[in-house]
Amino acid sequence: MLDFLSAIFAIIFNLSTLDAAVRLSTPLLLAALAGLFSERSGIFDIGLEGKMLAAAFAAGAAAGVTGSAWLGLAAGVVISIALALVHGFASITARGNQIVSGVAINFFAAGLTVLLGQAWFHQGGRTPQLGPGARFGEVDLPGADVLKDVPVIGDIYNHLVSGHNILVYAAFLAVPFSWWVLYRTRFGLRLRAVGENPAAVDTAGISVAWLRYRAVICTGILCGLAGTYLSIAQSAGFNRDMTAGRGFIALAALIFAKWKPVPAMFACLLFGMLDAVAIRLQGQAIPGVGVVPVQFFQALPYILTVILLAGFIGKAIPPKAGGVAYVKERT
Amino acid sequence: MTLALELVGIDKSFGSVHANKDINLAVAKGSIHGVVGENGAGKSTLMSIIYGFYSADAGEIRIDGKPVSISDSKAAIAHGIGMVHQHFMLVDNFTVLENVMLGAEGGFMLNSGLHKARKELKRLADEYGLTVDLDAEVGELPVGLQQRVEILKALFRGADILILDEPTGVLTPAEADHLFRILRILRDEGKTVLLITHKLREIMAVTDKVSVMRRGEIVDTRATAETSVEELAELMVGRSVLLRVDKTPSTPGRPVLEVEDLTVRDARGVVRVDHASLTVHAGEIVGIAGVSGNGQSQLLEALAGIRKWETGRVLVDGQDVMADGKVDPAEMRGLGVAHVPEDRHRMGLVNSFAEYENCALGYHGDPKYGSGALLDIKAMRDDARDKIEKYDIRPPSCTLKTSMFSGGNQQKIVLAREIERDPVVLLVGQPTRGVDIGAIEFIHKRLIELRDAGKGILLVSVELDEIRMLADRVLVMFDGRLVGERAPDASEQELGLMMAGVTREAAE
Amino acid sequence: MTRGKLPRWVDYGLIPVMNLAAAFLVAGLVVLLIGENPLEAVRILIYGSLGFGEGIGFTLFYATNFIFTGLAVAVAFHAGLFNIGGEGQAYVGGLGVGLACLALDRFVPWWVTFPVAVAGGAVFGAAWALVPAYLQARRGSHVVITTIMFNFIASSLMVYLLVNVLAKPGSMQPETRNFEAGGQLPLIRDLLPGLDLGQAPLNLAFVLALAACLFVWVLIWRSRLGYEIRTFGANQSAAIYAGISPVRITIVTMLISGGLAGLMAINEVMGSQTRLLLEFTAGYGFVGIAVALMGRAHPVGIILASILFGMLYQGGAELAFEKPAITRDMIVVIQGLVILFAGALEHLFRPWLERLFASGHVPEAQAA
Repeated sequence: MLDFLSAIFAIIFNLSTLDAAVRLSTPLLLAALAGLFSERSGIFDIGLEGKMLAAAFAAGAAAGVTGSAWLGLAAGVVISIALALVHGFASITARGNQIVSGVAINFFAAGLTVLLGQAWFHQGGRTPQLGPGARFGEVDLPGADVLKDVPVIGDIYNHLVSGHNILVYAAFLAVPFSWWVLYRTRFGLRLRAVGENPAAVDTAGISVAWLRYRAVICTGILCGLAGTYLSIAQSAGFNRDMTAGRGFIALAALIFAKWKPVPAMFACLLFGMLDAVAIRLQGQAIPGVGVVPVQFFQALPYILTVILLAGFIGKAIPPKAGGVAYVKERT
Repeated sequence: MTLALELVGIDKSFGSVHANKDINLAVAKGSIHGVVGENGAGKSTLMSIIYGFYSADAGEIRIDGKPVSISDSKAAIAHGIGMVHQHFMLVDNFTVLENVMLGAEGGFMLNSGLHKARKELKRLADEYGLTVDLDAEVGELPVGLQQRVEILKALFRGADILILDEPTGVLTPAEADHLFRILRILRDEGKTVLLITHKLREIMAVTDKVSVMRRGEIVDTRATAETSVEELAELMVGRSVLLRVDKTPSTPGRPVLEVEDLTVRDARGVVRVDHASLTVHAGEIVGIAGVSGNGQSQLLEALAGIRKWETGRVLVDGQDVMADGKVDPAEMRGLGVAHVPEDRHRMGLVNSFAEYENCALGYHGDPKYGSGALLDIKAMRDDARDKIEKYDIRPPSCTLKTSMFSGGNQQKIVLAREIERDPVVLLVGQPTRGVDIGAIEFIHKRLIELRDAGKGILLVSVELDEIRMLADRVLVMFDGRLVGERAPDASEQELGLMMAGVTREAAE
Repeated sequence: MTRGKLPRWVDYGLIPVMNLAAAFLVAGLVVLLIGENPLEAVRILIYGSLGFGEGIGFTLFYATNFIFTGLAVAVAFHAGLFNIGGEGQAYVGGLGVGLACLALDRFVPWWVTFPVAVAGGAVFGAAWALVPAYLQARRGSHVVITTIMFNFIASSLMVYLLVNVLAKPGSMQPETRNFEAGGQLPLIRDLLPGLDLGQAPLNLAFVLALAACLFVWVLIWRSRLGYEIRTFGANQSAAIYAGISPVRITIVTMLISGGLAGLMAINEVMGSQTRLLLEFTAGYGFVGIAVALMGRAHPVGIILASILFGMLYQGGAELAFEKPAITRDMIVVIQGLVILFAGALEHLFRPWLERLFASGHVPEAQAA
C-alpha cells in the first residue's frame, strides 16, 4: 500500500507531469468556459468539439499562409464565432433542437476541415508546418532567470509557472475574468437569469434572444481560442481530427464543475492530470496494482462524469431552462 | 376623479378562441380595482395585454389620460406599470437583491447598483412594510415572501400602477391578509392597484371598485361597497341558458365508492386534500362544487390512482384498493373506476394520435384490442367506429388526427371511451369545459343515462349550474376540505357562500 | 409550429425535400469553394453509386449500416428519448458479434453462428444502453449526456480489449483473427451470381436490416408496447393517466434502441470485415441520427434515407477517386449539412409555407 502511494505521489508531484497537466488542461479549460457561457444562458452546446476543430484548422491555415500567429488566432476566433452563430440561429431563432444542431456542427467541422485542408494544402488534411513566427512560443516570465537557482520555488516558478505560451496564460486568466463577468456585471446577472427563467428576463423588459446570442458569441470566442491553442501553440499546424474528443471532455468537465468557472478550472486540471499521468504511465507497473491500461485513464473523465450525473457525488443540476427554446406562454 | 388607466375596446383572439371581447375599463388613480371572474374568463389575457406580453388585436390603452402603445414589457415598465404574475417571474437561485435588480441594474458594473438598490429597497421596505431579507436565496423563501419580492421588483422600477394576477392562490389566509394590508398602504400612498382574482372574499375585503368578467367580456362594474358576494357570484357564474335534462329522482343502491379520511399532498408538500370523506352509491351522481384550485383536481386524480395519497382508505365496490399496499391507474381501471380527466389535452388524449388510437388509451391491454403482444388495428377501428356512431362524434373518421376534432367532439371521444367500458364508478372532471352547447346537452344526457343504468358518478365541476342540474347530492369543497353537503336545489347564494369558505355552521 | 396546419404531402414530402435541397445547395457552395464544378460532382456521385452493379452493391452495403443505426435512433425518438449513443452501442455490439463468431466459427456452419451472433450483437448493444437508460429513468440524468459519455467509454474499452485481450497472438494489430467460414455471412454476390455486384461486400445482413425495419414497424404501430412507447413520447401525463410506467418504458425503449444499434455490427464484423477491429463503426452510429431525422422515424423513410446516405458514401468514394480535390470528407460535410437543415432547422421553411397555404385553400381535414 505504501509502495503504491509513494509511487503515485512520485508520478503526480513531478514537475514535468504537472507541467504537462497544465498544457493538456489548457484547451479543455478554454472549451469548458466556452460551454459555460452558452449553457448558463440556456443553450446546450454539444458542438464545442466542432467549433474547436474548425478554429484549429482556420488558425493553422491562416498562420501557415500569412506566417502570423496573431492572424491565425483571429481566423480561428472568427470561424468559431460563425459556427456559434449558426448554432444560435438554430436554437434561438429557429427554435430547433439544440442537440441536433450541435451534432450537425460537429459533423460539418470534421468534414470541412479535412476537405479544405486537402484541397488547399495537399498534405492529407494537414496545414503546412509552422515556423516559430507563426506559432505562439513560450513566454519566459520576468524573474525566471533570477529565481532559477532557488531550490523548490525556483524550479516551480521556472518550469510550472513560467515558460508557457500566451494562450495558456490567457486560459487561466479567463477563469477569474469569466467569474467576474458572470457574477459582477449586468451582462452576467442577466445571462445567469436567462438560463434559469427566461420569462423572468422577458418580463423585466430584456430581450431573451439578444441576450442568448451574445452568450453564444462568447462561446465562439473561447472555443476559437481553444482550437487555436491546439494547432498553433501546442502543435505546429493542424492535423485531421486534432481535437480528438477534447470538446466532449470539456463538456464533461463543465458538468463536473456544476457550470461554475473556478470549479471548471479544477475539473480541467484534474482531467488534464489524468491525461498526463496516463502518458507517463504507459506500460509502467504501479506497485501493488500492476499495469493500469492507459485506456482506463482515458475513460476516467467520462466515467467520473457519469457517476456524478447519477447523483453519487453531489448532484449536477443543469441550468433549468437549458435545451428549451423560449416561447411566450399562452395563458 | 382622475383615471390612472383606461382600456377602450380591447379585443384579442387566439386562433378560434375569443379571449377578450371589446373590453372597456376605467381605473381611478389611488384606488384598488378588482377584476373578478371564473377561470378562463379572460382576465389573465387582459392583464398580459396591459403588460405588453401580448398585443391586442384592437383597442386602446390610456395611461393618465394619454393613449400609449405598449408593445413589450419594457414599454409597460417605462409607463409605470408593474405586474405580479400568478406564476412568479423569479430566478430561484438568485438572491432577493439580484432578482429585484434584474433589468434595472443601473450600470454595467453590478457593485455600484447593488449599493443604491440596497438603500432604495430599505426605503421601500420602511415605507410600505415590505420587509424581506435581501440576501436570502429566493427559492428558499416561502411563497408569501416571494410575492413580496415581486411587489418590490415592480416598485423598484417606479411602478405607479400595480397589477396582481391571482395573488392569493398560493397564500395562506394569514399571508393574504398581510398582502391586503400592504395593498392598502400602497393605495394610500397614491399607487393604483389592479387585483385579478376569482375569490370573492378578497374582492369584498380590499377593493374599492370591482369589474366582473365572464367569457371574455366585462359584464358589469360596481362600487364594492354597493354590492354583495351574492350579487357578484351571480354575475360571475352568469345566468347561462339552462339546458334542462329530464331527470327522475335517483334510486341509490349499494355504496360503490367509499372514501375515508383521504389526505393528499402535492409535490411541494402542501396539503391539497384535507381529510376528505365521501360515499358514492350506485345509481347516483355526487357533485363536488367549488372554486377551482381548492383541491378537487387532486381528489379526482388520487381516486384515479394517478396521485399518491398520504392517509385514508378508498373502497371500490367494497374492495380496499390499497389492500396490496400500492395503487396505480391500471389497477383502478381494473376495479372498474373510469376517469374523464379535467384537462383532456394534458391527460385524456394524445393529440397527435388518430382518433381510434385514443379510443383505447388506458385500455390498450384489453384482449378485445388484440391477442398477445400485438394490437388488432381492425378491432380497434371497429370499436372506434362503433363509438363514433353511438356518440355522434364528428367528423365520423376514426383515422383522423385527434387534434383536428373540435373540443366537444374530443370530449365525446374521452367520454365514449370511459363510459363504454361499463364502469362501476365514473370520475368526471369538468365534463363540458371548452365544449359547445350542443355537445354539452349530449354529454349531460349520457351522464344521466349512465346513472340510471346503476353506475356511481363523482362529478367535479366549477360550473355551479352544471352541478346543480346533474347531481343528486352536492358536496362543497373549500381549501382541501369538504365543507358541507346540500341538496342540488339549495339556493345558489348558499352554495356560493360555501364555495367562498363561508358556511352557515361557521358563521353561527 | 404544430404539425397539422399543412397538407400531409407538404409536411412529409415538400418540407423534407426543401430541407434537403438547402443542404445540398450549401454543399454545392463548398464544392465551388475548392474550385470544382458542383454539377459535375453530382453526376459522378450519382453514377458512382447507382450507375453500375458494383456501385449499387456498395450503396446498399453502406445503407445496411445506416438502417440499423437509424432505426435505433428512431425507436428512441418515439419515446421522446434522444439516444445519441448508437455509435458506442454498435461498437460494443461488435464485441458480442465477434465473440460469437470466434467461439463458433470453427465448429458449426454460418447459419448456426448467425442467430447466436445476432443475439450477441443485440444483447451487447442493449447492455451498453442499460446504464444511461436506468439513470434517465430513475435518476433523471439526461440520456443525451450519458450516452455521449458512454460512446467514449466504449471506445476506450474496445481499444483495451482489442490490444490486450482479443488481438491474435504475436500480432501488433489491434484486431482479432479472421473468422473462418463458420463465422462469415454469405455475400449476396455468391448467393445470387446472376446479379453483377462486382466486389461489393453486400451480404445477408441487408436482409436482416429489412427484417429489422419490419420488426420496428410492427413494434411501433402494431404492438401494445409500441402504443405505450408512442403515448409516452407524445404526452407523458397521458401515459401516466393510461397506467403506463415511465420507468419501464424508458428502460425498455432504450434497450431496444441499443440492441438495434448493436446489430449494425453484423453487417460490418460478420458480413464484411470477418474480424473485429478498431473503429469499425466509423461514425455510422451518428449518421443514424441524420437518417432517423430525415426518415421521420418511420422504417420506410429510414430505408430511403439510408439509401441516400449509402449513395453519398459510395458515390463520395468514386468522387474522391475521380476528383482528388473532393476527398471522402465531403460526405461528412454533407451529413453535417443534412443534419443541420433536416434536423435543427427543420422549421426553417415552415412559417413561410404556412402563410402560403393559409392564404390559399383550406386543408380538407379542417374544412370537414
